[in-house]
Amino acid sequence: MMRLDVLYFAFVRERIGLPREKVDTKAATVADLVAELMAREDRYAAAFADLSALRVALDQELSSFDAPLEGVREVAFFPPMTGG
Amino acid sequence: MGVRVQAEPFDFGAEANAFAAQVQGAGAVVTFTGLVRDIPGGLSVMEIEHYPGMTERALEQIRAEALARWSLADALIIHRHGQLAAGDTIMMVATAARHRADAFAAAEFLMDYLKSRAPFWKKEHGAAGAQWVAAKDEDEAALDRWQAP
Repeated sequence: MMRLDVLYFAFVRERIGLPREKVDTKAATVADLVAELMAREDRYAAAFADLSALRVALDQELSSFDAPLEGVREVAFFPPMTGG
Repeated sequence: MGVRVQAEPFDFGAEANAFAAQVQGAGAVVTFTGLVRDIPGGLSVMEIEHYPGMTERALEQIRAEALARWSLADALIIHRHGQLAAGDTIMMVATAARHRADAFAAAEFLMDYLKSRAPFWKKEHGAAGAQWVAAKDEDEAALDRWQAP
Protein backbone atom coordinates (compact mmCIF):
# COMPACT_ATOMS: atom_id res chain seq x y z
CA MET A 1 0.00 0.00 0.00
CA MET A 2 1.28 3.46 -0.82
CA ARG A 3 -0.03 6.92 -0.04
CA LEU A 4 -0.29 9.33 -2.97
CA ASP A 5 -1.07 13.01 -3.16
CA VAL A 6 -3.70 13.21 -5.91
CA LEU A 7 -4.41 16.63 -7.40
CA TYR A 8 -7.24 17.76 -9.67
CA PHE A 9 -7.36 20.86 -11.84
CA ALA A 10 -9.92 22.78 -13.88
CA PHE A 11 -13.07 20.80 -14.79
CA VAL A 12 -11.72 17.67 -13.11
CA ARG A 13 -11.45 19.60 -9.82
CA GLU A 14 -14.95 21.00 -10.28
CA ARG A 15 -16.53 17.62 -11.04
CA ILE A 16 -14.86 15.83 -8.17
CA GLY A 17 -15.39 18.79 -5.88
CA LEU A 18 -11.96 19.07 -4.31
CA PRO A 19 -8.48 20.22 -5.40
CA ARG A 20 -6.42 17.46 -3.79
CA GLU A 21 -6.60 14.48 -1.49
CA LYS A 22 -4.48 11.68 -0.04
CA VAL A 23 -5.19 8.31 -1.59
CA ASP A 24 -4.03 4.97 -0.18
CA THR A 25 -3.74 2.52 -3.01
CA LYS A 26 -2.12 -0.62 -4.33
CA ALA A 27 -2.64 0.51 -7.94
CA ALA A 28 0.25 -0.51 -10.17
CA THR A 29 -0.44 2.01 -12.93
CA VAL A 30 -2.24 5.30 -13.44
CA ALA A 31 -5.03 3.43 -15.22
CA ASP A 32 -5.46 1.16 -12.14
CA LEU A 33 -5.69 4.24 -9.92
CA VAL A 34 -8.30 5.79 -12.22
CA ALA A 35 -10.34 2.57 -12.07
CA GLU A 36 -10.21 2.61 -8.25
CA LEU A 37 -11.29 6.25 -8.09
CA MET A 38 -14.11 5.72 -10.61
CA ALA A 39 -15.48 2.86 -8.51
CA ARG A 40 -15.74 5.14 -5.46
CA GLU A 41 -18.54 7.52 -6.39
CA ASP A 42 -20.43 8.91 -9.37
CA ARG A 43 -18.57 12.23 -9.28
CA TYR A 44 -15.29 10.40 -9.88
CA ALA A 45 -16.84 8.25 -12.60
CA ALA A 46 -18.09 11.43 -14.28
CA ALA A 47 -14.75 13.20 -14.03
CA PHE A 48 -12.84 10.27 -15.58
CA ALA A 49 -15.51 9.19 -18.10
CA ASP A 50 -13.50 10.32 -21.13
CA LEU A 51 -9.79 9.71 -20.62
CA SER A 52 -8.99 11.07 -24.07
CA ALA A 53 -10.00 14.48 -22.66
CA LEU A 54 -7.61 14.15 -19.72
CA ARG A 55 -3.91 14.42 -19.09
CA VAL A 56 -1.88 13.09 -16.18
CA ALA A 57 1.32 14.29 -14.53
CA LEU A 58 3.46 12.15 -12.22
CA ASP A 59 5.59 14.13 -9.80
CA GLN A 60 4.95 17.22 -11.93
CA GLU A 61 6.05 15.68 -15.25
CA LEU A 62 3.55 14.90 -18.01
CA SER A 63 3.04 11.16 -18.25
CA SER A 64 0.54 8.63 -19.58
CA PHE A 65 -2.26 6.45 -18.23
CA ASP A 66 -0.29 3.25 -18.69
CA ALA A 67 2.66 4.56 -16.66
CA PRO A 68 3.64 2.66 -13.47
CA LEU A 69 3.12 4.37 -10.09
CA GLU A 70 6.05 2.79 -8.30
CA GLY A 71 8.07 5.48 -6.54
CA VAL A 72 5.59 8.22 -7.44
CA ARG A 73 4.41 10.63 -4.71
CA GLU A 74 2.19 13.10 -6.56
CA VAL A 75 -0.35 12.38 -9.31
CA ALA A 76 -2.28 15.18 -11.04
CA PHE A 77 -5.26 14.91 -13.39
CA PHE A 78 -6.35 17.75 -15.63
CA PRO A 79 -7.75 18.62 -19.07
CA PRO A 80 -5.49 19.59 -21.99
CA MET A 81 -3.64 22.75 -21.08
CA THR A 82 -4.58 26.17 -22.41
CA GLY A 83 -1.68 28.46 -21.63
CA GLY A 84 -0.30 31.37 -23.58
CA MET B 1 16.23 36.34 -17.20
CA GLY B 2 14.35 33.16 -16.52
CA VAL B 3 10.69 32.53 -15.90
CA ARG B 4 8.12 34.24 -13.70
CA VAL B 5 4.65 33.02 -12.73
CA GLN B 6 2.64 35.67 -10.95
CA ALA B 7 -0.84 36.99 -10.21
CA GLU B 8 0.27 40.62 -10.37
CA PRO B 9 0.05 42.67 -13.56
CA PHE B 10 3.29 43.57 -15.32
CA ASP B 11 4.33 46.36 -17.66
CA PHE B 12 5.46 44.64 -20.85
CA GLY B 13 7.20 47.76 -22.15
CA ALA B 14 9.27 48.05 -19.00
CA GLU B 15 9.96 44.30 -19.02
CA ALA B 16 11.10 44.42 -22.66
CA ASN B 17 13.40 47.36 -21.95
CA ALA B 18 14.90 45.70 -18.88
CA PHE B 19 15.39 42.48 -20.86
CA ALA B 20 17.08 44.26 -23.79
CA ALA B 21 19.29 46.32 -21.46
CA GLN B 22 20.93 43.29 -19.82
CA VAL B 23 21.62 41.00 -22.78
CA GLN B 24 25.18 40.70 -24.00
CA GLY B 25 26.12 40.66 -27.67
CA ALA B 26 22.60 40.51 -29.09
CA GLY B 27 21.57 42.29 -32.26
CA ALA B 28 17.91 41.28 -32.12
CA VAL B 29 15.21 41.16 -29.46
CA VAL B 30 11.79 39.65 -30.23
CA THR B 31 8.90 39.98 -27.80
CA PHE B 32 5.38 38.60 -27.85
CA THR B 33 2.65 39.71 -25.48
CA GLY B 34 -0.70 37.94 -25.01
CA LEU B 35 -3.76 39.93 -23.93
CA VAL B 36 -7.18 38.84 -22.69
CA ARG B 37 -9.38 38.90 -25.79
CA ASP B 38 -12.84 40.45 -25.74
CA ILE B 39 -15.50 37.86 -26.59
CA PRO B 40 -18.85 38.59 -28.27
CA GLY B 41 -21.55 39.10 -25.69
CA GLY B 42 -19.07 40.51 -23.25
CA LEU B 43 -16.28 38.79 -21.39
CA SER B 44 -16.22 40.04 -17.84
CA VAL B 45 -13.41 37.96 -16.33
CA MET B 46 -10.76 35.54 -17.55
CA GLU B 47 -9.77 33.16 -14.77
CA ILE B 48 -6.45 31.36 -15.16
CA GLU B 49 -5.79 28.33 -12.98
CA HIS B 50 -2.36 26.73 -12.82
CA TYR B 51 -0.41 23.97 -11.10
CA PRO B 52 2.04 25.65 -8.72
CA GLY B 53 5.36 23.86 -8.85
CA MET B 54 4.78 22.06 -12.13
CA THR B 55 4.15 25.37 -13.90
CA GLU B 56 7.55 26.75 -12.99
CA ARG B 57 9.26 23.46 -13.89
CA ALA B 58 7.51 23.24 -17.25
CA LEU B 59 8.38 26.84 -18.14
CA GLU B 60 12.02 26.32 -17.10
CA GLN B 61 12.18 23.19 -19.28
CA ILE B 62 10.65 24.97 -22.28
CA ARG B 63 13.05 27.90 -21.86
CA ALA B 64 16.05 25.57 -21.51
CA GLU B 65 15.01 23.74 -24.66
CA ALA B 66 14.86 27.03 -26.59
CA LEU B 67 18.30 28.04 -25.31
CA ALA B 68 19.68 24.65 -26.40
CA ARG B 69 18.13 24.74 -29.88
CA TRP B 70 18.88 28.28 -30.98
CA SER B 71 21.82 30.58 -30.54
CA LEU B 72 20.23 32.88 -27.96
CA ALA B 73 21.73 35.45 -25.64
CA ASP B 74 18.76 35.11 -23.28
CA ALA B 75 15.07 34.24 -23.02
CA LEU B 76 12.32 35.41 -20.68
CA ILE B 77 8.85 34.01 -19.96
CA ILE B 78 6.30 35.78 -17.75
CA HIS B 79 2.85 34.23 -17.27
CA ARG B 80 0.04 35.41 -15.02
CA HIS B 81 -2.66 33.47 -13.22
CA GLY B 82 -5.78 34.47 -11.29
CA GLN B 83 -8.55 36.84 -12.32
CA LEU B 84 -7.92 38.99 -15.40
CA ALA B 85 -10.12 41.41 -17.34
CA ALA B 86 -10.43 41.98 -21.11
CA GLY B 87 -7.38 43.85 -22.38
CA ASP B 88 -5.17 42.73 -19.48
CA THR B 89 -1.73 41.35 -20.20
CA ILE B 90 -1.71 37.56 -19.70
CA MET B 91 1.85 36.68 -20.56
CA MET B 92 4.93 37.60 -22.54
CA VAL B 93 8.01 36.00 -23.97
CA ALA B 94 11.19 37.75 -25.00
CA THR B 95 14.17 36.30 -26.83
CA ALA B 96 17.51 37.88 -27.68
CA ALA B 97 19.96 36.66 -30.29
CA ARG B 98 22.82 37.87 -32.43
CA HIS B 99 20.54 37.70 -35.51
CA ARG B 100 16.77 37.97 -35.81
CA ALA B 101 16.04 34.54 -37.31
CA ASP B 102 17.02 32.77 -34.09
CA ALA B 103 15.10 35.26 -31.94
CA PHE B 104 11.89 34.93 -34.02
CA ALA B 105 12.04 31.13 -34.23
CA ALA B 106 12.73 30.72 -30.52
CA ALA B 107 9.88 33.08 -29.59
CA GLU B 108 7.46 31.05 -31.75
CA PHE B 109 8.72 27.83 -30.21
CA LEU B 110 8.20 29.22 -26.69
CA MET B 111 4.65 30.27 -27.57
CA ASP B 112 3.75 26.94 -29.19
CA TYR B 113 4.95 25.02 -26.14
CA LEU B 114 3.35 27.39 -23.63
CA LYS B 115 -0.03 26.84 -25.29
CA SER B 116 -0.23 23.12 -24.73
CA ARG B 117 2.61 22.04 -22.43
CA ALA B 118 2.48 24.53 -19.57
CA PRO B 119 -0.16 23.64 -16.94
CA PHE B 120 -2.50 26.60 -17.23
CA TRP B 121 -6.27 26.41 -17.75
CA LYS B 122 -8.38 29.35 -18.83
CA LYS B 123 -11.99 29.86 -17.85
CA GLU B 124 -14.09 32.60 -19.42
CA HIS B 125 -16.76 34.27 -17.32
CA GLY B 126 -19.16 36.08 -19.64
CA ALA B 127 -22.74 37.24 -19.90
CA ALA B 128 -23.81 33.67 -20.76
CA GLY B 129 -22.06 32.09 -17.79
CA ALA B 130 -18.65 30.54 -17.25
CA GLN B 131 -16.89 27.96 -19.36
CA TRP B 132 -13.46 26.37 -19.64
CA VAL B 133 -11.59 27.28 -22.79
CA ALA B 134 -11.15 24.14 -24.91
CA ALA B 135 -7.69 23.23 -26.14
CA LYS B 136 -7.45 23.57 -29.92
CA ASP B 137 -6.28 20.74 -32.16
CA GLU B 138 -4.17 23.21 -34.14
CA ASP B 139 -2.28 24.17 -30.97
CA GLU B 140 -1.29 20.52 -30.48
CA ALA B 141 -0.48 20.21 -34.20
CA ALA B 142 1.71 23.32 -33.99
CA LEU B 143 4.17 21.34 -31.87
CA ASP B 144 4.83 18.92 -34.75
CA ARG B 145 6.89 21.43 -36.67
CA TRP B 146 9.42 21.53 -33.84
CA GLN B 147 9.96 17.78 -33.77
CA ALA B 148 13.31 16.58 -35.04
CA PRO B 149 12.96 15.07 -38.55
